[in-house]
This record gives sequence, structure tokens and C-alpha cells, in this order.
Amino acid sequence: MSSPAAGLSSQNGAGRQACSNGPIQNLIMMQAPGRGYNTAAQTMHPQHMPAKAPLEQPAGQYHYGCYQSSPPVSVYQGPGQSAPPVSVYQGPGQSAPPVSMYQGPGHSAPPVSMYQGPRQTNMTRPPMRPLQPHQAGSARIAAPAPSSTPPPVCSNSFYPGSQIPPHSQWAYGTPPPMSQPSVATNHVTSAPSQLSAARYGIQNSPPQGPPAPLNTSVQPGQPSGYGMQNSPPQRPPASLNSSVQPGQPSGYGIQNSPLQGPSAPLNSSVQPGQPSGYGIQNSPPQRPPAPLNISVQPGPAPPPVSPLSSQSYQSGRQPFGPPPPVRPEAPPTGQLNNAATPPPPAAAAKQEVPVPGAERTQIHNSFDALESGGRNAAQHHPQMGRAVGLSYPSLPLGYQNMAVSPCAPGMQPLSQRYPAGAQSFQQAALGPAQLGSALGGMNLQQSQPEALRAINLLQERNLLPRGPVTPPVPCLPQDLQRLNCSPEVFRCTLTNIPQTQSLLNKAKLPLGLLLHPFKDMSLPVVTSSTIVRCRSCRTYINPFVTFLDQRRWKCNLCYRVNEVPEEFMYNPVSRSYGEPHKRPEVQNPTIEFIAPSEYMLRPPQPAVYLFVLDVSHNAVETGYLDTVCRSLLDSLSLLPGDTRTKIGFITFDSTVHFYNLQEGLSQPQMLVVSDIEDIFIPTPDSLLVNLNECKELVQDLLKGLPQMFTRTLETQCALGPALQAAFRLLSPTGGRVSVFQTQLPSVGVGALKSREDPNQRASAKDIPHLTPATDFYKKLALDCSGQQIAVDLFLLSGQYCDLASLACISKYSAGGVHYYPSYHHLHNPAQVEQLQRDLKRYFSRKIGFESVMRVRCTKGLSIHTFHGNFFVRSTDLLSLPNINPDSGFAVQMSIEENLVDMQVVSFQAALLYTSSKGERRIRVHTLCLPVVNSMADIFAGADVQAITGLLASMAVDRSVTASLSDARDALVNAAIDSLRAYRSGGLSVQQPGLVTPACLRLLPLYVVALLKQKAFRTGTSTRLDERVFAMCQLKYQPLAYLMLMIHPALYRVDNLTDEGAISIADRTVPQPATLQLSVEKLSRDGSFLMDSGSVLYLWVGRNCAPNFITQVLGVPSYTAIPQTMTQLPELDTAESTRTRAFISWLREQRPFYPILHVIREESPLKASFMQHMVEDRTESALSYYEFLLHLQQQVNK
Amino acid sequence: MAFTFAAFCYMLALLLTAALIFFAIWHIIAFDELKTDYKNPIDQCNTLNPTVEKVKKIKRVRLALKLVLPEYLIHVFFCIMFLCATEWLSLGLNMPLLAYHVWRYMSRPVMSGPGLYDPTTIMNADILAFCQKEGWCKLAFYLLSFFYYLYG
Repeated sequence: MSSPAAGLSSQNGAGRQACSNGPIQNLIMMQAPGRGYNTAAQTMHPQHMPAKAPLEQPAGQYHYGCYQSSPPVSVYQGPGQSAPPVSVYQGPGQSAPPVSMYQGPGHSAPPVSMYQGPRQTNMTRPPMRPLQPHQAGSARIAAPAPSSTPPPVCSNSFYPGSQIPPHSQWAYGTPPPMSQPSVATNHVTSAPSQLSAARYGIQNSPPQGPPAPLNTSVQPGQPSGYGMQNSPPQRPPASLNSSVQPGQPSGYGIQNSPLQGPSAPLNSSVQPGQPSGYGIQNSPPQRPPAPLNISVQPGPAPPPVSPLSSQSYQSGRQPFGPPPPVRPEAPPTGQLNNAATPPPPAAAAKQEVPVPGAERTQIHNSFDALESGGRNAAQHHPQMGRAVGLSYPSLPLGYQNMAVSPCAPGMQPLSQRYPAGAQSFQQAALGPAQLGSALGGMNLQQSQPEALRAINLLQERNLLPRGPVTPPVPCLPQDLQRLNCSPEVFRCTLTNIPQTQSLLNKAKLPLGLLLHPFKDMSLPVVTSSTIVRCRSCRTYINPFVTFLDQRRWKCNLCYRVNEVPEEFMYNPVSRSYGEPHKRPEVQNPTIEFIAPSEYMLRPPQPAVYLFVLDVSHNAVETGYLDTVCRSLLDSLSLLPGDTRTKIGFITFDSTVHFYNLQEGLSQPQMLVVSDIEDIFIPTPDSLLVNLNECKELVQDLLKGLPQMFTRTLETQCALGPALQAAFRLLSPTGGRVSVFQTQLPSVGVGALKSREDPNQRASAKDIPHLTPATDFYKKLALDCSGQQIAVDLFLLSGQYCDLASLACISKYSAGGVHYYPSYHHLHNPAQVEQLQRDLKRYFSRKIGFESVMRVRCTKGLSIHTFHGNFFVRSTDLLSLPNINPDSGFAVQMSIEENLVDMQVVSFQAALLYTSSKGERRIRVHTLCLPVVNSMADIFAGADVQAITGLLASMAVDRSVTASLSDARDALVNAAIDSLRAYRSGGLSVQQPGLVTPACLRLLPLYVVALLKQKAFRTGTSTRLDERVFAMCQLKYQPLAYLMLMIHPALYRVDNLTDEGAISIADRTVPQPATLQLSVEKLSRDGSFLMDSGSVLYLWVGRNCAPNFITQVLGVPSYTAIPQTMTQLPELDTAESTRTRAFISWLREQRPFYPILHVIREESPLKASFMQHMVEDRTESALSYYEFLLHLQQQVNK
Repeated sequence: MAFTFAAFCYMLALLLTAALIFFAIWHIIAFDELKTDYKNPIDQCNTLNPTVEKVKKIKRVRLALKLVLPEYLIHVFFCIMFLCATEWLSLGLNMPLLAYHVWRYMSRPVMSGPGLYDPTTIMNADILAFCQKEGWCKLAFYLLSFFYYLYG
């Protein structure tokens, strides 16, 4: 909370400097985009927006041609690579200079390529171009016209393209055809796609056809939030078309489905998903609809499955109705929707639902503005105008036709790259409230077969999927979902957000987010002088905002309408002006900005690393110094940083030793401070030295350090004073402190006493001493946090070290805790290897300094609690002195206001940090989820892994604040409550047994696994430190690793075959099935591999086939397997190759390196292997089946 | 006999309760600010420089946290005064709060200095809500007792 810390919050704009700028930041940015440190940024960012001048071109060209003359606006560079600029968007005949290179960090050629891919002939272009509104309009138009083929509109392409008579499109206006083509491309007739289409249709439908009742009441013309307002329902289609055309203002209005009559539903359906013509068209090609659908509804649902879908379908088919708004034959669909959702609440209307009344006018305005904007633009810059709104019309008819089918393939790439997410979103968001409900309804129905399929756990045993458990996919319109954040980064326990807190309480499922914000990933990086944010809530512009028109966008979190800054009008990727919705910011759910100087309170700090090493007798005994120094020596050049990188060392026993590494010294100079009561820094300037300038001295020191203390007899350990010294040393800059500790701190401040009574370990009903014994470490950590210092703790100790107290130093300074129990360089070689591997990763992994993370969510939701390692500085702001790619966060959410008028809610996590190169960067993740109002939908969207992760974090908190037994009870109750809610919610057929929805079928298993986790188990002898360490891990590990830790994967590996194998980079990786964690699955004839995240166990049965033993393990017989074996020999046999390929594949999936232990049946490690057999009964814990019986008893009570 | 020791106690209690009311209000404001901090700092204080506001706010919160102990001490003080004045009824009315204070302070998080609130957990929504509720309840109690002392 110290002022510097506050300063960092500039992210919000609340920081001092930032604040002053407030909304006006841009000015500043322009002036001095990068200060001294930003050079990189500057270079990347050669020019600001070009004037609009370039836009002007001969009328003929503007369609889609690139602006040839435009200078490169911005280059998106991936992190290290410079790919040759791919040409972007070429006009038909023209080759435009590369406007922007969009390089993904990992060669994201794709983005670029996508652009190129289209090979855009004019025909293809049109679709791309479309302003969202336009497109939407066009789409709609198209739909009506071809009445026969309403589907075309729907991106989903219900209908085969062929079916659509080309001229039907024409009939009304040229513009529509364009859209159609894209549709046509999609024509996936596959059932899934249809479903999706149906879904959309449903949503929309409320307004239009079937839903007609609703709409009608509202207004005939209003079918889709978007289009309708403008166009009076009655307009003949022709007029519509005209509107589309460049010259005409009303282009958008066209959409009004009213005209379309029967087809309307379809059209409407289009809207949500495809708000922008763009998105629609493109989307289909990009992803085969199937995946989406599938994800949504695991089971292939035949189109007929849901009445809704079928209906929409039919309606689509009908011959066109008369052009005037035909009251659609109210098909069942509409009714369904209605039933599901109350009529659009006024609020919804407010937003954008075209309501005849005032709202209408509102909308009107927006639309008008849109168009007028277009017009105006056109006037001012004729080209722009066209480009924006009118582009379509300008195309020759012929084009359009062509586009219809042939071009489809070309379109794909485009669509992938730049789906018009924003718009699509818009529509969804704006649409009548019913949309959401409709979605929900759909979802329910569709997913019923799978996610909600009732499973009797007592009867079905094989619940584990063969491969990894996949997260559910939010039931969002296709193109929105495509823009959604990857579940690896951002996951929500409920992918369908309940509408009200009471509904959430009824479902008894925890609502929360699991974040892995700094995951190693390739993502687009934007250098821009203006970072567009909501002026009110400071949300970064994201794919889910709504563009009201060219110049204004509506925040999807607070619904404030903001202006689009001038720079943002220019799209550096396509080098076109007036397409703010196609900027990368609006096309990527995860994006990184190079932040301008107003995001800094001080010049970005250099990378500073300080190592604090325990050199007491005990530490020297373990021999860890040698390993650490050697690893560091090897990794010295890998430490992330630039020319300013600083490094320093402190060692301590009962005194604190500093090392003067000043340039010019012939050898490192050790300074001993024995006054540990009042620690001071002997020579503040020369203890932290520039790594590049003093590399030799550092290397000398690292080589000499292990030998310096070999004869020490000092057994005391003054960790507290050493940490204080480290804090003082780093205070001016901030940085990372790595502490290696091997025993209980015994002297000076922060000394601890042993609190553990080993005899009580197994018998105690409740575990005491989970809370820190002193708040010294916590307070120091808070001080560190204020000075941007993070402390990583490596604990290597055989005895009790009171990790519960020590871990505070890392917990609140956003560091990490690593624990190597019983580390010894001779007695425990596996640990040594593990430490080496971990250190290698630790030294070389990415790091961000002086960072803060803010999690924002749509109004109505609020953050309840954060879990992880950090200091919470404000309700939604985490102070993270360091951020590393291996830390995850969990956020509990609550619903404060009912989300009645929303179809979707969004969450945004923004991480502001200084990279090791001294660049200030902002990484923004945005997740969008639908809102539902029925229990069934909530359950259908439950993400069992995320729920487990969140429950684990909550249970850790509970065990610290209350007691371990409380936490255990809470875990069991969580399972009971949710299953009971499912049962009493009337969602399951009342049948005997323990019934769960399919999506939650693993919950009891995971809960059992948690109860048997080291952190929560009782009755088994568990060292307090190990327990506390497990708790730390539960809190800050990313979900993917957490799940392996909770429920390891077990594979049988003695009979690996290539069946079902996947091949990666010319290696064939067999994919054995995941087995249940029960001894009954083990057999003496086989060998099994258990992957528990950080450790791999290869268990070899006594009667294992000799073939496996000789061919894979390389030993003659079972008895010859050594007691400790951590490597598989590289044998040139098929079995060996397969096994090693599989193991290395497992290892590649995580950034750290799990050690492999080969264990025999009688090996000492067997116990640690067997403890993971969570389905089995132990002396003190129920087996899985018994637990199920217990649950059943409780649930049915 | 108009001015007895008991009357003096009541007068003192009256004044001190006024102070306690002030503390309680401060307490409520502090937590409310903590809680609503994230909501549109810009809209909220359009006229104020947000940074200044923020710093002020933090200081205020700290102050409020520091006020906890004085509040307890004041309350204990006039409870003792009542005891001395053998005003059993008044003492009885204050006993629950006194007990609550003792319990609250006993169950505070591990802390080396005096204090009640742990900055690392204070942002937890449950704790925040609890603290706010506590503030309101105390405010109500102090107000009631204020009038009781006034007329009693």
C-alpha cells in the first residue's frame, strides 16, 4: 500500500501520473511514446496513423483494394522473430506494401498467411471488408430475398450452398449476395452445423419469426436488434438494398427482417453469431462448424433433435414470404424461446433492443450515426465512406454472384483471421434478452444428451475419458466462441453464468475463474500509441465490445459508450481506414500491448536477481550449494534480461555475508556483517552488479562458493536478517530474491521454533500449526511487495522448517515455493536431478517485473476472493512484484446484481508488467460467457476440473482460517450439495443410486482425490511441511498441473502399441488409455506409468513380461532392476522407442521436468506411488465406492 | 446531590460515545472506500485528482485501522467508570459489546503489533462484508447508548 505501489496502479489510470492524464492519455503517449527504456517499442512502431489521405483513391479502387501508399502503421512483432512481412491484403491487381506484419511469437505465420490466403479476388474481398453493420445488413437482406434460403444468412449454412438460387439474392439487392457467398462457402450440411444454426436462429427468432408473438408485440420490424431499427419494416426489400449501397444512409436498416417474413428467423439467428457480415461469412470457413457444435454438445445431435432447430430449419425453407413483414407462422421455436425467456426486459431494450419507442430512436441514432458517419466520411473522404459502409454496394453484381460459391475457399483464411468479433458480440449483447435465454434453452436441449446425461455413479465405473478431460465449451455463438480466450489461460467453473445469485446458490456450485495469465504462449503484440480503453471502467478494448458505429464503441463491462480514437480507425493489419472492428485488439482475446510511458511510474526496472544462500553447517551437509552454483553458472547467460541486468549474492549462517563484485576487483570480496540485530548494507553500490560487466567475477564466485564453507561449523541460521538485507539491497530497484534455505531459522528476527510433534502426525484429528507462527515474514513480504521485490523460496530440508511461516515470504510477494524434502547430494540423487532441472527452468523462464494484474468483470458480477500468491491491493487489483509463467490464480466471484438483461458477461484480466528487456507491457485476456437462467443450463456448463481447482483453493483457505477437518467437511459438502441440487432441481430422472450429470461425473472422484491429497489427508503420517507445501501448490499452480497433482494419470505401458498414436514431428507417440487409480487396475504382469505432474513413476510388476524389462529397462530380469533408477536407457528397440516417446511427450506438455522413478513392487518409493491410488481404501480413508455410498446417503436424505 | 459521580460518569460516557460514533462512522467509510475503490475511480472523483484521492484513502484506511484499539480502550474505560459508579444497568448494557471486543481481539490474526486487520486478508469479500456489518452494528449501538446516556 505504500505509495510506490500505488503508483504502479497506473494501469487503472488511477496511478498518479496516469491519473493526471486521465482520459487524455493519448496526448502524452504521442509525445513520448517510449522513454529511455522503450527503445524497442519505438522502433517497432515506426509511424503513427497515416493521415487519411492515403485512403483516397480512384473510386473504382476502393472496394477492397489495399491502400497502396499507406506506410506501415504498426508492426506486430512476435517476441523474438521477425518474419518477413507477409503481404497483407492485396488488391486484386495490386500488391500493397506490407502494412503490418503480424508475427506471432512463434512464427505466427498463420495470421499473416490468413490474410494472404484469401488470394483475394474482389469477390472474396467484399466479405472481408464489410463493416459489421453492413454485413449484418447484407446478410439479412440476403436472407429475406432468397427467402428460400434463409440459411445462407446464417453463417452456419444450414443449407447446402447449391440450394440457394443465386438470383434470389440478387433479387433484392446486390449487396446481399456478397454475404451469401460467404455463407455458401460454409454450406456445411452436417448436422452439427445445423444445430448451431438452429441455435442462432432460436436466439434471434424471438424477435422475428416464431417468436413473433414477442416481437410483434414490440414491433414488427424489430427482429434483430441491430438492423431493425433503421429500416422501417415495411420497406420493400429493394429499398433495403439501396440502403446498403454506398450512397445511402439506411444501409443498415435493411437488415430488418420484417421484410423477410419466413426467413426472418434465420436471419435473426445470424445476427447474434454473426453480427457483422464479416464474422459470419468468415467464420464458417474458418472453423468447421462441427468443432464448435461438438464442443457445445458433445454428442452429435441430429438436427431434428431439438425442436427449435428443426423449426428454424423449416422456416428457412419456406418459400419466401411476401416481402412485407410476414408474421411468420409462429413455429414452436418461437414459443420455446418465449417460454424460456421472459419478454425482453426494459433494460435490454435500453441497450439496443430496438423497441419502437424511445429506444428505437436511440438505436436509430446509433445506426443513423453509423450510416451518417459513413456518409460523412464519404463526404470528407469519399473513399473512406465507401470502404466503411458502402463497400459492398460498389461491387459489381457479377462479383457477388461469383462470390457466392466459388470464392468460398478463399474466404476462409480471412475469416479466420478477422472474424468480426466485435460486432457479432454486439448483437448478441444487444439483442433482446431472449437471446440469452434462447441460447440457454438450446444449450440445454442440445447438450442434454451429453453434458446433462444422468449417470448413476454407482453403476458406471468407467468414468474417465480415455484421454485428458476436456473443458466444456461455452455455449456461445460460433464466431464469439472463436474469439474467446483459451481455456488454458482463462477458465470459469461455470461456463454458463447463472442469472442471479439465488440461482447460483441453488445450484450449489462455486463460481470462479481460474487464470494462468503469464503462460508461455505466442500471442500478438501490438505497439500502438493509443491503447484504447473504456473511459469509465478502464477496460481494454476487446473482441466482445460493441461498435455502435464507426466512431463509438460500447464497453462490454460497464456499457459506457466510448469514442474510437482517430488512430484506432486505421487498421494496421489490413492497412485500411475505418475498420476499427478489425484491429487486432478486437480480433484477439489475448493480446499484448507495448505500454507507453504513462503506464510507468518510473523507468522500467532492470532485471535484478539476488541469491540468498544458506551456508550453515546443515546446508553444507546437504551439498546443495554445489548444485545451485553449477546450475547458475550454466544458466548465467540464460537469465532473462538485457544489458542492465544486475545480480548479487548474499550468504548467511549466524552472520550475513555480502559479496563485493565491483568491476575492477581481481576476485570477489566477502563482507561479513555480524550485527544481525540491526542489519545494514556495507557497500550498497557494489553488491548488486551488472551481470555483463562483471561476469568473470560472478563466475569466479560461483565456482568458489561451494568450497568456501566446506569446513564451517556454524549451525545457526539467520534467515530473517538475511532477508532484511536482501530487502534493503533491492529496495531501490525491485527484483527477484531467490532464497535457498535448509533449516529452521534460529537466530535474529524471524527465528522460529519447532512446532511439530511427529508423534501426533498420524493420530491427530486436527492438524495444528497451519498458520504462521510469526507475522515477521508476512510483513517483510508486504514491504517487499511495495518495493517490487518477489521472494522465491527453495526449501531443502529433511527436518521441520515451519514452512507455514516461511512460505509467507513468498505468498505475499508473489514468489514461488519449492520444496525438496530430504535433499541430499549423495543420498538422494533423484532430488538432485530434480533440483537441477527445476533450477534450469527457474533461471531461464520468462519473468515480468513490477507487475499488477487487474481482473474486471461485467457490471453485476463482483470479485469475492483471490487465490494464489500475491498481495491484493484493491478489490480487483493484485500486486505482483514478479510474475512468472508457472503461477496460476483463482478468483471466486459472486453475483451482486441480477444479470437479467444480459446475454453474455465478460471477464478481463489485464497484466501490466515490465519485461526482462525493460519494456512495459500489458497482457490482456478476455473471456466471454453466456448467461443462463435455468438450473439445467448451469449444470450443463459446469467445468468439473475448474470446480475442483477452485474448491481446492477454498479448502486451503478454510483449513488455515478454521481447521483441517472443517476444510474436509466443506469439500465433502460441496460434492453433496451440488449433487443434491441437481437431484432436487428436478433435472434428473428420479432413480435410485447416485445420479450426476455427465459433466460432473468426475466431481466425487476428484473430491475423494483431494481428501487423500497430502494437503488434506488425515490419519496418514504426513509431515507438516509437506502438507503446507501441498497447500501452497494447490493455491498457486495453474489448473493443468494442479489436476495432475490431484488426480494423476495412470497408463499401462508394457504393451504400448501404435494404435491410436499421434505423431508429432516425425515421432510417433502412443496414446494409452488413462486408467483408474486403483490397485485393482495394476497387475503384476504389466508395468504402469503414473504421471502426477511433477513426478513420473514407472511401476514394474513382478511378473512383468521379460520382454519389457529387457527391451525397455535394459536390465536382464526383474530382480536386476536397480533400487533407484531415474532414466530409461536409450535402447534401439521398438518398445523402448515407444515408451520413451510417450514419456518425453508427457514431459513436453509442461515447462518443468518431471523426474521418472522406476519402482519395483518392493521399492521404498512404492508408498509414494500407492498414495496416489485414490480410489482405494486406506486405513483412515474411504474408498471411492464407499465415498459414493456416503454421498448417496447424504444426497438422498 | 445533583452532580454525583454517576452523573459525571454519564456525562463522560456521553462525550466518549460521541467520539465512538465518530470512530464507527470512520470505520464504515474506510471499509466502504476499500470496497468500492474499484468502481470508476474516474467517474467518482472527476474533480479530484484520483491519485491524490487514492493516497488519501489509503491513509484514511490505515488511520481507521489504528483507531480500533483506541475505540476498545475508550469503551473499556467507561465500562470501568460505570463499574466504579455501580451503575449496573449501564454496565450490563455494555457488557455484550465488551465481551465481543475481547473475543475479537483474542481471535485476531497473528500479528506482532497491535491491530486487528490483516492487510492480506482484508480484501476478502467475506471479511470486508463482516467488517462493514460490524461497523453498522456498532454505530447503531453507540447511537442508542448515546441517547440512553443523554436521558439516563
